[in-house]
Amino acid sequence: MRTIIFRFTAPYLTSLMVLFSIFVLLRGHNEPGGGFIGGLIAASAFAIYGIACGVAPVRRALHFHPMAIAAAGLMLAVLSGVLSLLIGVEFLTGLWAFPTFLGTEVALSTPLFFDIGVYLVVVGAISSIALALEETETD
Amino acid sequence: MEIALCFVVAALFAVTVYLILSKHIIRMLLGVVLLGNSVNLLIFTNGRIQSIVPPIIPEGLEVPGEMIANPLPQALILTAIVISFSFFAFLLVLSYRAFQDLDTDDTDEMRIAEPEDEGLPPLGY
Amino acid sequence: MDQLNGFVSDFGYVALILPFLAAAVAPLLTSVLKSHSTWLLALAPAAAFVIFLRGIFEIAKGTVHRWGFEWIPSFDIAFSFRLDGLSMVFALLITGIGTFIILYSGGYMKGHKDQGQFYSFMLMFMGSMLGLVVADDLITLFVFWELTSITSFLLIGFDHTREKARRGAVQALVITGGGGLALLAGLIAIRELHGLTSLSDILEAGDALRESPYYLAVLILVLCGAFTKSAQMPFHIWLPNAMEAPTPVSAYLHSATMVKAGVYLLLRMHPALGETTLWMTILPIFGAITLVVGALLAVRASDIKITLAYTTVASLGLLVMLIGVSSETAIIAATLYLIAHSLFKGGLFMVAGSVDHGAHTREIHRLGGLARHMPITFVAALLCALSMGGITPFVGFLAKEEIYHALEYGDFYHVALLIAAIAGNALMFAAAFIVALQPFVGTKPQHIDHPHESGLRVWLGPLVLGALSLVGALYYGVYHELFSSPMATASYGEAVEIEIGWVPHLNLAFALSCLTIVLGVIIYLASTQIRQKLAQFLAAIGWGPDYGFDQAMRGLVRLAFGVTLIVQPGRLDYYMTTVMIALVAALFGSMWWADGFPSVPELPDLLPYEWIILGLIVFGILAVVVSRNRLQAIVSLGIQGYAVAFIFMLQGAPDLAFTQFMVETLSVVILALVMTRLKLSPSDHRPLAQKLPDATIGVLAGIGFGLFLLAVVQSDFDRSLSDFFERYSYAIAHGRNIVNVILVDFRGIDTMGEIAVVMTAGLAVLALIRIRVGRRGIRTNDPMEVTP
Repeated sequence: MRTIIFRFTAPYLTSLMVLFSIFVLLRGHNEPGGGFIGGLIAASAFAIYGIACGVAPVRRALHFHPMAIAAAGLMLAVLSGVLSLLIGVEFLTGLWAFPTFLGTEVALSTPLFFDIGVYLVVVGAISSIALALEETETD
Repeated sequence: MEIALCFVVAALFAVTVYLILSKHIIRMLLGVVLLGNSVNLLIFTNGRIQSIVPPIIPEGLEVPGEMIANPLPQALILTAIVISFSFFAFLLVLSYRAFQDLDTDDTDEMRIAEPEDEGLPPLGY
Repeated sequence: MDQLNGFVSDFGYVALILPFLAAAVAPLLTSVLKSHSTWLLALAPAAAFVIFLRGIFEIAKGTVHRWGFEWIPSFDIAFSFRLDGLSMVFALLITGIGTFIILYSGGYMKGHKDQGQFYSFMLMFMGSMLGLVVADDLITLFVFWELTSITSFLLIGFDHTREKARRGAVQALVITGGGGLALLAGLIAIRELHGLTSLSDILEAGDALRESPYYLAVLILVLCGAFTKSAQMPFHIWLPNAMEAPTPVSAYLHSATMVKAGVYLLLRMHPALGETTLWMTILPIFGAITLVVGALLAVRASDIKITLAYTTVASLGLLVMLIGVSSETAIIAATLYLIAHSLFKGGLFMVAGSVDHGAHTREIHRLGGLARHMPITFVAALLCALSMGGITPFVGFLAKEEIYHALEYGDFYHVALLIAAIAGNALMFAAAFIVALQPFVGTKPQHIDHPHESGLRVWLGPLVLGALSLVGALYYGVYHELFSSPMATASYGEAVEIEIGWVPHLNLAFALSCLTIVLGVIIYLASTQIRQKLAQFLAAIGWGPDYGFDQAMRGLVRLAFGVTLIVQPGRLDYYMTTVMIALVAALFGSMWWADGFPSVPELPDLLPYEWIILGLIVFGILAVVVSRNRLQAIVSLGIQGYAVAFIFMLQGAPDLAFTQFMVETLSVVILALVMTRLKLSPSDHRPLAQKLPDATIGVLAGIGFGLFLLAVVQSDFDRSLSDFFERYSYAIAHGRNIVNVILVDFRGIDTMGEIAVVMTAGLAVLALIRIRVGRRGIRTNDPMEVTP
C-alpha cells in the first residue's frame, strides 16, 4: 500500500480531513455533523496517515499520546458540566454567551465545549486503537 | 418502508444469531458486527418512519416547519454505532491475542478459565 | 421508646457495650501485659454485673425496664431492649460467670501466642449473648442470636490448625446458624402476620398467636431455632464436637450461655406460644429423648470433658421437657434447674480444665489420686458435683425436688416423663461423680508427673460457683425472692410463689430423690462395665447423626459440584445456545402472553432503488454466511454496512449515515489488519448435525424479532418525547440540529457515560496489545525503515 503517490499525498489528505473534521464538529449544532462524526473523520485521517507512512510519524505528528488526547476530551466534557454546578444550576445545564468578536456575534456555550470533548475522546480512543493495530503488524 | 425494514431486521437477526452460535471466534466476531447493525435498524424502525426530512430546524424558524424524521432514535443510534465499534475493536484484539496465546480459534478448546477435568473440591473441613 | 426509668435503663447501654469495648482493647492490652490483662478485662463483665445487680430489687417487684431507639423506622425496626425477671437472671449469669471465665482464661491460656485474640473473641461472645437475652425488638434479637453463632464459631475453631477444631466450628455454625435462619423466618412470620415487632408485643398477644391458623408454622420455625441452639436430638452433635475448643470456651458456652439461648427463647415464648397440645407434645418428646440418650452417652464417654458435654445435652433435654410440660410447677422446676445447672456445670468444666492442666490428660481411666495434689480444685469439684447430684443443701436439690413435684401425677403422660427424669438424673448423678470424684481418689498412676494447682485464677471460679450453689440453697428465701421467683413469673406469665427449701420433707418427691441417688450410686460403681457395654452397643449400630453430618456436607459439595457441571460446563457455545434459546422464548413467550402477534402486513410499496438497497443488505449478510475466504467475508460485511448507511441517508438521518460510513470503513480496515494475520478461514467448520439446530434457533430468533417489530410498528406511536425535543431544541438549547442537541444537551449525561465507555475500550485495547509486546520483549521498530 505504500506506493510513492499514496505516501506523498497522505499528509495533505490527512491535513484536509482533519480540517474538515473540525468544520463538521463546529457546524454540528445547527447542521448535520457534531463531535462523534468529526472525531471519526479525524481518526480515519490518522489511520490513513499511519497506513501510508507508518505509525511513528503519526505519533510524532500528534505530539501527545492518543489516549492522553481522549482523557483530555473526557476531562473537558466533565468540566463543561461542572461549570454549571459552580453557577448553581443542575450538572450539565447548557450555558450560553454571545460575545461579539471582530464585529461578528460568536455563540459560546458549554454544549459546544462538551461536543469538543466528545470529539477529542473519539479521536483519541479510535486512533489509539487503529494505530495500535497497525503497529502490531510489525511484530 | 417500515414493513420492508421489519423483514430486513428479521433476516439480519437470523444471520446474527446463526453466526454467534458458531464455535469459531472469527465467525462470532462477524456476528457481533452484524448484531450492532441489527439492533440499530431495530431501534430506527421502532421510531417509525413518518418523514424523510432530516431533523433540522430551517434557518429563521423556531420549530420545524414540516413533519421531520424522529430525532430521538437517531440520537440513540448515533452513540450506539460508535460504542459498538469500540467494542468490536476490543473483541477483535481480544480474540487475536487469545488466538496467539492458545493457538486455536475453537471456543471448545479455550478452557483456561474453566478447565475440563476439574475434580471434586476437597471434601474435608 | 417511652419507659426509660431506673438505674439499669440509664446504664443499660453501658452494660451492653462494655464487653465489646473490652474486646476491642483486649489484643493491645494483652500484648503489653501478657495474661495479666485478664485482671483488667474481667472488670468489664464485673461492672456490667454490678449495673444489673443494682436493679435487682426493682425487677424482683415486677418492674419491666425497656430502653432503645429507632433503628430502621421505615420497616418499623428498633434497637430496643427489655429487662424483666427472666432476662435479669440470664444477664447476671452471663456477666457473673463471665467475670470468672475471663479470669480463668488468663490462667488457662497463659503463654499461648494468640491469647489476646482469644480474650477478644470471648468478650465479643459475651456481649452478643448479653444482647440476646435483653433484646426486645425481634430483629435486634435475631441479630444478637446470629452474633452468638458467629462468635462461637470463632471460639470453637480457635485452634484452627487442627482439623477437628475446624470441623467442630463448621458444624456448630451450620447447625446453629441454620436454626437461626429458621428462627428468622418464624420471627418475620410473627411480624408480618400479626404485626408484632417486639417480645413485649408478643407477650401481650399470646391468645391471638395461639389461635392463629399460622400457629403451627410459627411454632415449628421457632422450635427449629431453639432446638438447634440448645442441642436437642438430633441436633445435639455440635455440642460434644465443640469440646475441641479450649476449656474456658466449653465452660462458658456450655453452662450458662450459648446452649441456654434456645432454652431462654422457649421460656420467653412460653407465655405466648406455650400451653397448647402441640407444645406439650413436641417439647417433652424431644426433651425426654435428649435427656436419656444424652445421659447414657455421658456415662459412655471416657474423656471427662466429653462426659460433661453430654450431661449438658441431657440437662438441656430435661429443661426442654419441663418447659414442654407447661404447668406452673414445671416452669418453676425449669428455672430452678437452669440456674443450678449454670452454676455447677460452669464450675465442673473449669475443674475438668484444671485437671487437664495439672495432670495433662482427661481420660478417666488414666486419672486418680489427685486430691492431695490439687486440694482446692477437689473441694470445688465436690461442691459442684453435690449440687449436680441433687443432694441437700445445694441448689441442685431444690431443682430436683421441684422436678419430681411437677411430674408426680398418675397419668401416662406424667409417669412416662417421670421415668425419663429419674433415669436421666440417676445417670447424671453418676456422671457428676465420675468427673468430680474419680480423678481425685484412689492411687495416682505413674504417668502423671507433678500434678499441681494452676493458680488462683483457675481455681477461684469453680470454688465460688460451687460455694454459691451451697449459699443459694441455705438462704433459699432470698434466692427465691430475688432470682428464681421473678424469673419463673416472667416465664410462666403469671405471678408464682416458690417455697421449696433445703430441708427435706417426707413426701413422694423426696422418696424419688432418694431413689435417684441410690440408682446413681449403683451406676457410678458399675460405670466401667456400663461404659464397655454402651461402647459395644454403639459400635454395633455404627452410624450416628455425627457421621450423618459429614455425609450431608460431602453430599452438599458433590451436589453443588454436579449442578455447576450441568449449568456451567465451561463451553462457550453451550452458554451462547442457552442465551439465544432464552431470547427466542422471551420473544415468542411475551407476544403469546400478551396476545400481541401482529396482523398480516400489506406488501411494501417501494421505489426500485429502495428495493436495491434492501436487497444489498440481504445479499451482504448471506454472503458473509457462506463466505469461503477472508476477503469475501470482509467485503460482504462492508457491503451490508454501507447499505445500512444508505438506508439511514434515505430515511432522513444524515448524521447516522455519515457515522455509519466512517465506522464501516474503519471496521473493514481493522478487520483486514487483524484477519490477514490470523491466517484463519472464516468458513464454517460445523458439522451439519450442529448447523441445523443453530440455524433453527437463528431463524426462529429472526422471525421473533421480525414479528415483534411488526407488532410494534402496527401499534400506535407516542411522539410526545420527540415533540418535546423538536419544540425546545432551538427555543432553549439554541441548536438547529436536533440530533446533536439531544446528544450534547438534553441527554448530555448519557453521552458523557458513552464517551467514557469509548475511552475505556481504547484503554483496554491498548493494554491487550502492550501485554504481548512486553512479554516478547520486542520494541516496535519504525515501520518506515522496514522494506515492504
